[in-house]
Amino acid sequence: MSAWRLVRAYLTARPLMTLLTLLLVALGLATVTVVTLATGQLESRLRRDAVGIDLVVGAKGSPLQLVLAGVYHLDVPPGNVPQSVLAMLRANRMVAQAIPLALGDSFRGFRIVGAPPELMAHYRATFATGGTYQQPMEAVLGATVARSTGLGVGASFVGSHGLAPGGPEHEDDVYTVTGVLAPTGSVLDRLVLTPVESVWFVHEGEPEDEDERRILEEARELTVILVRYATPLAAASLPRSINAVPGLQAASPAFESARLFQLVGIGVDGLRAFGWLLLGMAALSVLVALVQALSDRRRELALMRLLGAPPSRLFALLLMEGMVLTGLGALLGLAIGHLGLSIVGGWLAPHGELPLTGADFDTIELFHVAVAVLMGALAALFPAWRAARTPVAGLLAEE
Amino acid sequence: MRVGATAAISLDALVHRRDGRRVLQVDRWRLEPGEQAVVVGPSGSGKTTLLSLLAGLMVPTQGVVRVAGEDLAALAAQGARVVDRFRARQIGLVPQQPMLFGVLDVLDNLLAARHFAGLPPEREAALGLLVQVGLQGLERRRPSQLSRGQQQRVALARALVNRPAVILADEPTANLDDAHTEQVVSLLAARAAAHGATLLVATHDARVRARFDRVLRLDAQGSAR
Repeated sequence: MSAWRLVRAYLTARPLMTLLTLLLVALGLATVTVVTLATGQLESRLRRDAVGIDLVVGAKGSPLQLVLAGVYHLDVPPGNVPQSVLAMLRANRMVAQAIPLALGDSFRGFRIVGAPPELMAHYRATFATGGTYQQPMEAVLGATVARSTGLGVGASFVGSHGLAPGGPEHEDDVYTVTGVLAPTGSVLDRLVLTPVESVWFVHEGEPEDEDERRILEEARELTVILVRYATPLAAASLPRSINAVPGLQAASPAFESARLFQLVGIGVDGLRAFGWLLLGMAALSVLVALVQALSDRRRELALMRLLGAPPSRLFALLLMEGMVLTGLGALLGLAIGHLGLSIVGGWLAPHGELPLTGADFDTIELFHVAVAVLMGALAALFPAWRAARTPVAGLLAEE
Repeated sequence: MRVGATAAISLDALVHRRDGRRVLQVDRWRLEPGEQAVVVGPSGSGKTTLLSLLAGLMVPTQGVVRVAGEDLAALAAQGARVVDRFRARQIGLVPQQPMLFGVLDVLDNLLAARHFAGLPPEREAALGLLVQVGLQGLERRRPSQLSRGQQQRVALARALVNRPAVILADEPTANLDDAHTEQVVSLLAARAAAHGATLLVATHDARVRARFDRVLRLDAQGSAR
């Protein structure tokens, strides 16, 4: 016999009430857990994908759209810019690196990105098998793409027009896989990389003569250019000077992702508040359950006093019951939260666009559990105080 | 706490009043260690009040109540916790209703008495007690799965589990038929004797009274004769 055994006996003696309270706590904490983990993972992912990219240069339009399309590959780009912009940027002393990207096609939902191999170097990618492309129509697959499609080195595929799945296939333009990247934990994992020229060739068709070839080459465009500053001072003047050029805009990934989180923050905060509201209701449920228990157990509490339990023991017993109830519910909530996030992550983004995983653990979750247990203790305070005042003197006389 | 040469129970110039009215008066009465006695009297004569005073659940208005050599009023002056601990370890109570923990099984009901007295569990000893009161094999049953007579045996075993110096039984056979009354009283007397405990039974049942040599009689006004 121990206090724990007694608490367990009382909790299992009224299974419906216990289960309902456990579920309330669990659902509240699961909601808080999902919101915490999801926002944490998204923030971390956005930060990682944008690391070392100070500026995204592209066509005029929404700067957020440009960043979402050019860095995170989540949105369609606002348009294209002439090749000459790349040369202009590379000639600028404030630019340390400018990586051009050409978008337009996809393969089974994964974007085909025309980019020089330095994009892979930028994300410190290494090859799981094979190596980088040497010429147009060769391709390197990100780790998620390779796993999802089952393609490996030497395999061939054709792209579909457009960035969304279901576009018409470029049947005559066959890509050959030269390498598969090891997982990087970045956006690279879900991209098909190929030389920029591949994207141009696929969309240009075969020129009939040299004149046409020259015209086509002059008309070639880039979708975005990822820029790394040579000096922090560039942040003050470079975006302004680019934005002054007609048809061009420069967007900062750091600024735009912060703005994005500000926009979705209201919803996130709302969900988090809902979770805490559920936990508050669970605490009320604990209070109601224990007040009811006081009435049901009046004689048994007096019996405990008769058998030698001091008032503090009765107080501790009720307090423990409240804490065990919310503590178990919180642990259940953690499990549901992690499982739920894994399921939601796979369901929302089968191609890893929103890489949410329940396998991640944030130390703040321990704080959430502690808060839930504390709420249980607070809810149990009043019933525990009442229990401690159980009179024992008249117990025999009651018979 | 057990003092060999000291009376197990002694009452001196005991007067207890409720709402200004005298409900109990015993000038002098002793029960030696190992002795067994009954307190008899009509309803309202103060039998239960006497047991409550002996259990330290109340402090007498006047006089001295000693159990196992300890002046209970003096203990109470040291704090409720001291009296609670003394009662838990030195006094076994068999109430009129069995008063068991409904959510615990029979064995845990016994172990709960040790737990609340701050004593180690001694599971084997508790199982042995259940055998002694004829409840072997029923240790995992809940009280609701037992007959009234069996429940009263659990209460008896619980009263013995802390090896108290004194056992106080308050109308232990109330609502029991003749057969169960005989069983419970015999068991109570035999187990108390086997454990060397002093036994005091409050009853108004003539069948119970007949089994004991020593009798403390209370009249309708609560005075001992």
